Amino acid sequence: MSITTSGGLSGRMPKLLRRADPAVLTAFACIIVLLLVGSLYSRNFLSPEYLVQQLKVASFLGIISTGMMLVILLGQIDLSVPWTITTGAMMACAAAAYGPVAVALAIPFGVLCGVLIGIVNGIGVAYLRIPSMIITLATNAVAQGLMVVYTGGFSPQDSATAAMRYIATGALLPGLPNAVVIWALVGAIAVFLLTRTSFGRAVYGIGNRERAAYLSGINTRRVVLVAFAVCGGLSALGGVLLAGYASKAAQSMGDAYLLPSIAAVVLGGTSILGGRGSYLGTVAGVILITLLQSILSVMQMPEAGRQIIYGVVIIAMLLLYGRAPANR
Amino acid sequence: MRDWRFWLAEQRGTLLAFGIFVVMFIIYTTNHPAGFTANVVQTASNKAVLLAFVAMAQTLVVITAGIDLSVGMIFLLTNCLASWLVVGTPFETAIGVVAVLAAGMLCGALNGAIVIYGRLQPIVATIATGGIFYGIALILRPFPGGSVNEDLADALTGKLFGVVPASLVALAMVVLVVWVPFRRSVLGRGAYAAGSSESAAYMSGVPIERAKFAAYTLSGLMAAIGGLFLTFFTYTGEAAFASGNAYTLFSIAAVVLGGVSLFGGRGSAVGAIFGALAFRTIGDLLFVFNLDALWQPLFQGVILLVAVSLGAFGLFRVRNRLEWFL
Repeated sequence: MSITTSGGLSGRMPKLLRRADPAVLTAFACIIVLLLVGSLYSRNFLSPEYLVQQLKVASFLGIISTGMMLVILLGQIDLSVPWTITTGAMMACAAAAYGPVAVALAIPFGVLCGVLIGIVNGIGVAYLRIPSMIITLATNAVAQGLMVVYTGGFSPQDSATAAMRYIATGALLPGLPNAVVIWALVGAIAVFLLTRTSFGRAVYGIGNRERAAYLSGINTRRVVLVAFAVCGGLSALGGVLLAGYASKAAQSMGDAYLLPSIAAVVLGGTSILGGRGSYLGTVAGVILITLLQSILSVMQMPEAGRQIIYGVVIIAMLLLYGRAPANR
Repeated sequence: MRDWRFWLAEQRGTLLAFGIFVVMFIIYTTNHPAGFTANVVQTASNKAVLLAFVAMAQTLVVITAGIDLSVGMIFLLTNCLASWLVVGTPFETAIGVVAVLAAGMLCGALNGAIVIYGRLQPIVATIATGGIFYGIALILRPFPGGSVNEDLADALTGKLFGVVPASLVALAMVVLVVWVPFRRSVLGRGAYAAGSSESAAYMSGVPIERAKFAAYTLSGLMAAIGGLFLTFFTYTGEAAFASGNAYTLFSIAAVVLGGVSLFGGRGSAVGAIFGALAFRTIGDLLFVFNLDALWQPLFQGVILLVAVSLGAFGLFRVRNRLEWFL
């Protein structure tokens, strides 16, 4: 937020730095440190091909985190992300089995399924006033149940359509993967929505104090509903891309994205209590987490060590800049 | 108003959970091919007790208006640890049990320290520590295996006097020895006070930091007892990520069913136990009706969705729309 609002670059650098969120700056500093550490392990780490590859891997998490950020800005959380991802992926792949028209509509259909899950979440949170942590857990369980019944407990045999594979792995412009382009588009729309529209203002307002937002005439329930629907849709879009990347959907493909997406948003300086945070920070958080995962796999760290380092890094970084103010 | 009405109002959630459980259990046993026998009760209680311990662990944290998303991972970690330590002579076994319980308390204390003194939000902090605990569990048991003192295991999972399931007795003992004293102590009251209004509790001189720390530590202890029992049932240790996650999620569901408010300050571990028992019974209902096991996740999900939506009926009592926003 703060960076995008300042004008021309020349001569304003100190002001820009001054206005930048310290959390975002720390996150970017950590990215540079990670790149340096990585380059000690492998010379290829700083090569453009490798960095573009990292960006491509990051774009899946980036798209999912965009939705998560929107919900976290409201002071809520979406724990239904894992099976929304899987549902989006499986439904998009399943649609492909119903003729050429269905193949063309596979991607929108997958995203639509995610939006539906998001709408159920949104109705629960906004209109029934159920704590988001519980209702999203429940919809996650229902989505999982539906997918288990649909697939019979096995990974489905349908494979991704050519279009899904193309947008996930192809490159329209040489050297610039399509997945990154899609992330950039999603990100640009998110920045526009959050900084330039009344919807974005309402999201920040509700995150700060929903009661005040309501009293100032915002239809807070509709805003919350829309935010959850968008989050569901983006999760499913992430799932569709992941299915294209792996060329099929799998049972637990979404499990690996819940914690990283929350962590990316929070590491990027967005308050988990809502109302504060910038999209730039989320981008930093996503890149940070992707690089961390990549370095750990370059170091051939076993899964156990990866989990531990991952947890320690998140806590350490949050202790650096994510602490709540001292009581009283 | 007489005293019993206050008591009733306070225990409403617990009694409701108890009622749901009794109804579900009657449906379950009357449709079970073997009927209401000691063996059926033993199997059912052995399965449910695990979730009951984890749900108690969750309750202790939820009462302070926190949430512990690492509780399933502590459960796994102590399970893996127990599969190494709780073996050998009775003396060695006893040392092992103490060590496992201490490890659980240490995990809980770590969560507490990060949340209280590090001032991080519980939800993010415990997600991260959950990763750490899972990593350690994976180091301890990269592959399922290990063993446990089978005499002790059989004693604690069998039947007392051929009728009463020993695991239920153990659960009752833990409630009496850990939960009741904590609930009645200054620290326990402090945990409730911190949950319902931290600033008011602080102003009244309640030792909120110590109380919350005690709640997190005891929560680790409860999860460790659950982990021990898991080892007693399976005779092995296994670091199964999906199982840890499922226990974390189910514990939140059990806590909600048991009438514990996620906003803190209301509810009791006894309610959460009945919530856990009810949740497990509902999940098993499918089997007695001979439905395909594939439908179980969906069935549990729908039950969960309906159960949490029932809480929305409170909205009809709201007179002032501003009370929608807590």
